[in-house]
Amino acid sequence: MNWETVIGLEVHVQLATCSKIFSGASIAYGAEPNTQACAVDLGLPGVLPVLNKEAVRMAVKFGLAVNAQIASRSVFARKNYFYPDLPKGYQISQYELPVVGPGSLDIEPEGTDVRRIGITRAHLEEDAGKSLHEDFHGMSGIDLNRAGTPLLEIVSEPDLRSAKEAVAYLKKLHTLVRYIEISDGNMQEGSFRCDANVSIRPEGQAEFGTRAEIKNLNSFRFVEKAINFEIERQIDVLEGGGTVVQETRLYDSDKDETRSMRGKEEANDYRYFPDPDLLPLDIAPELLDEIRASLPELPDAKKERFVETYGLSAYDAGVLTASREMADYFETVVERSSADPKIAANWVIGELTGALNKAGIELGQSQVSAEQLAGLLDRIADNTISGKIAKEVFDAIWNGEGSADEVIDRRGLKQITDTGAIEAVIDEVLAANPGQLEQYRAGKDKLFGFFVGQVMKKTQGKANPSQVNQILKEKLK
Amino acid sequence: MYDKTLAELSSGLRSGAFSAVELAEHFLARTERFHTQLNCLISVSPELAMARAADADRQRAEGDSRPLLGIPLMHKDIFCTEGVKTSCGSKMLDNFVAPYESTVSRKLKEAGTVMLGKTNMDEFAMGSSNETSYYGPVRNPWDTDCVPGGSSGGSAAAVAARLAPAATGTDTGGSIRQPASLCNVTGLKPTYGRVSRYGMIAFASSLDQAGPMAATAEDCALLLAAMAGFDPADSTSLDRPVPDYQSTLTNSIKGLKIGLPKSFFSTGLNSAIAQVIETALSEYRQAGAELVEVDLPHMHLSVPVYYVVAPAECSSNLSRYDGVRYGHRADSPKDLEDLFKRSRDEGFGAEVKRRVMIGTYALSAGYYDAYYRKAQQIRRLISEDFRQAFEKVDVIMGPTSPTTAFKIGEKTDDPVSMYLSDIYTIAVNLAGLPGISIPAGMLNGLPVGLQIIGNYFDEGRLLNAAHQYQLLTDWHKKIPEAFC
Repeated sequence: MNWETVIGLEVHVQLATCSKIFSGASIAYGAEPNTQACAVDLGLPGVLPVLNKEAVRMAVKFGLAVNAQIASRSVFARKNYFYPDLPKGYQISQYELPVVGPGSLDIEPEGTDVRRIGITRAHLEEDAGKSLHEDFHGMSGIDLNRAGTPLLEIVSEPDLRSAKEAVAYLKKLHTLVRYIEISDGNMQEGSFRCDANVSIRPEGQAEFGTRAEIKNLNSFRFVEKAINFEIERQIDVLEGGGTVVQETRLYDSDKDETRSMRGKEEANDYRYFPDPDLLPLDIAPELLDEIRASLPELPDAKKERFVETYGLSAYDAGVLTASREMADYFETVVERSSADPKIAANWVIGELTGALNKAGIELGQSQVSAEQLAGLLDRIADNTISGKIAKEVFDAIWNGEGSADEVIDRRGLKQITDTGAIEAVIDEVLAANPGQLEQYRAGKDKLFGFFVGQVMKKTQGKANPSQVNQILKEKLK
Repeated sequence: MYDKTLAELSSGLRSGAFSAVELAEHFLARTERFHTQLNCLISVSPELAMARAADADRQRAEGDSRPLLGIPLMHKDIFCTEGVKTSCGSKMLDNFVAPYESTVSRKLKEAGTVMLGKTNMDEFAMGSSNETSYYGPVRNPWDTDCVPGGSSGGSAAAVAARLAPAATGTDTGGSIRQPASLCNVTGLKPTYGRVSRYGMIAFASSLDQAGPMAATAEDCALLLAAMAGFDPADSTSLDRPVPDYQSTLTNSIKGLKIGLPKSFFSTGLNSAIAQVIETALSEYRQAGAELVEVDLPHMHLSVPVYYVVAPAECSSNLSRYDGVRYGHRADSPKDLEDLFKRSRDEGFGAEVKRRVMIGTYALSAGYYDAYYRKAQQIRRLISEDFRQAFEKVDVIMGPTSPTTAFKIGEKTDDPVSMYLSDIYTIAVNLAGLPGISIPAGMLNGLPVGLQIIGNYFDEGRLLNAAHQYQLLTDWHKKIPEAFC
């Protein structure tokens, strides 16, 4: 039987606010345990939450970016359960009325058409603390630095049909939240975490199968592997005559498998109810307009503009707009240089990205600034240097030797365009290789390249290649 | 000195008749002498009090003449106070010293008051008789075999016996007004949001409100002025200016329209109490007020609604007491679940457990709509009843409590009859309105209180109506003989 996979994702995005969602404590990562937890975060008796307005703005920003409905009134609710790193015995979240309603995100998994994935909702909530099970001799330690960190939980419709699509959706979402600067998206530090609801059904069947929820997937690779493992597992269960049970499963990346955490019968009754300590969250139309006006150009729009304005291929435009920094870098290069934007794109995607990858650094730390690259491309455009020499100049700039002009001057890399000088070199080459000249004249055309190579060698690659070709052709007539 | 009102003590301090240190010594001596008999205090803090009193005298010498400077008072043990234990009447918090100050106690401290100690209360403010306290029942100064009411019973008893001229209380379903009524003091529950709840240990967040308890309405006006106001740390506190309550006390009540809800005077009200209330109302009539009957058709639903909403909120509010970070923690737990279960089982008393269980049930999947959601709907109907009534009248009056103080132990085995002690006060909390209870008479040596309910943020009018009554009557001046 052919099986169809159905996937829905819940993504927890840590918002890049200065302080926690309901207290003034810092959310900076990596502090000593419990040094960033105030009375409110510790859930001391009598303390009260006060909503961080910046977190609300960020949630609204996201909602607008996925064309979602923004609730004019949403409500914070308490999700009640006992856990040692949940200080109040409840998590403040949003339940019946989330701040962001239905929206959508277009994805383009490699080799397929654009697919529109529904976003059911996105809501604000606070993170819990962390339990530390090592170093406490049979006991557990609790670190509440993370307690109260603002999260936006983004819930997709069950619209995804493969692990590949799931990853494409996640990557798109990851790009988006960094574009609109609501999260640093750092997956190692847990700023972008994902739970996947996976089920399978016979192809053509309308009803969904029973789903399993896979928890805490913190890299794109693990998402793909975990979902694929889970699909195979469910197929094995169903084809073996069994039934899939609704349960929560944990992905073990060491063993590359998912295993059961708890079944539905053990599921908590969270006893949600509106938090009486917080007023309903009202979002005025003026605030909405203000946030809308502050939104940057979004990835899809930027990509389209790059294709139209700069004549780039859809692929190149997609690569360049994958991050806002990359797109900004590219546009600065184009703005500052007279080079063809397509050439600029090739350099950013090729040489620059290669150098960054090789050095293992982000664009922000690039050793070649957009201005420097623009200067380099100008020298190619005005024939001062050839594309080949330009690569050497690029490396020199990367190594801190200054601007393109400085490197070209210092190293004497200026292209030879003086016809007389080129002719003289060609004459020398022809005179030095009488045998080859004879063979060429006898019809061995391939030797043309040999002569070009000799000329370039003699000029250390500085002779203008098209002039060399032209003059050489004349001489050999 | 003890029989003076707060306002009189304030002018005594101002005129130099006595110092804040003398005042503190005087009330600490009375506290020392009487408090074990009443069991109305959980902590006494004499050193802290003397230090603050000395500070107050120094400030006065430097020209500070604010009305509360040097005034001794006690805080209900529900307000977190830096450096003095805050138990909330529970074994769970018997070892808890807050690292921060509640907004109410901070504001009163900044106004110059001198805290003498922390008063006994029903555990987590859940009770109407002060019998649920881990520290034992408080005794009513008018008859020490009787309860003082609750949950602010310690505060009411302390003020009634004049161990302090004033105390703070909190009122979730009548917890200021009912004990004020049973102990013959004046107790005001302000509009929800008028006074910050920050640092006040939560029982039912949408109902809890702090207020003053003292001998007179004038005293309460002085205290409320210092307690009220917007607090950025409490999202439910309201950003509205605090009026000058003092200046409106003397307004004439001629033409004041008083609403009398039929349901407050129908069957069920003890006829002797009804008689006392009628007498009080006739004082108002003689002073030129107009008495009008009003209808509050959903009043009979307020007790059932309250006993869904308040336990639901408390079941969640009390989840933080899990033995992990502070408070009572069970010895050598087997595992995590054992730690949670035994810490809570050992730390909480029977009434708290009962309400946590009721609330947990009411919020459970499958019951939420039938209980919690339905209760919130009816709550809106009750608010609407009041809104319509206040279109016709300025204030609403009636009894505070259906009975006078009852015997200790009389209702402990019958929670429902205990819950009905708050039948006249609960609706006010559900609607978020202000209410005050003032001494209005005696029955067999036990006090009876008159309740005055006002429209939102109309505390000034309540205090004015109460003050005018106190100018005409002497009930508020009565002090039980054993404490004179």
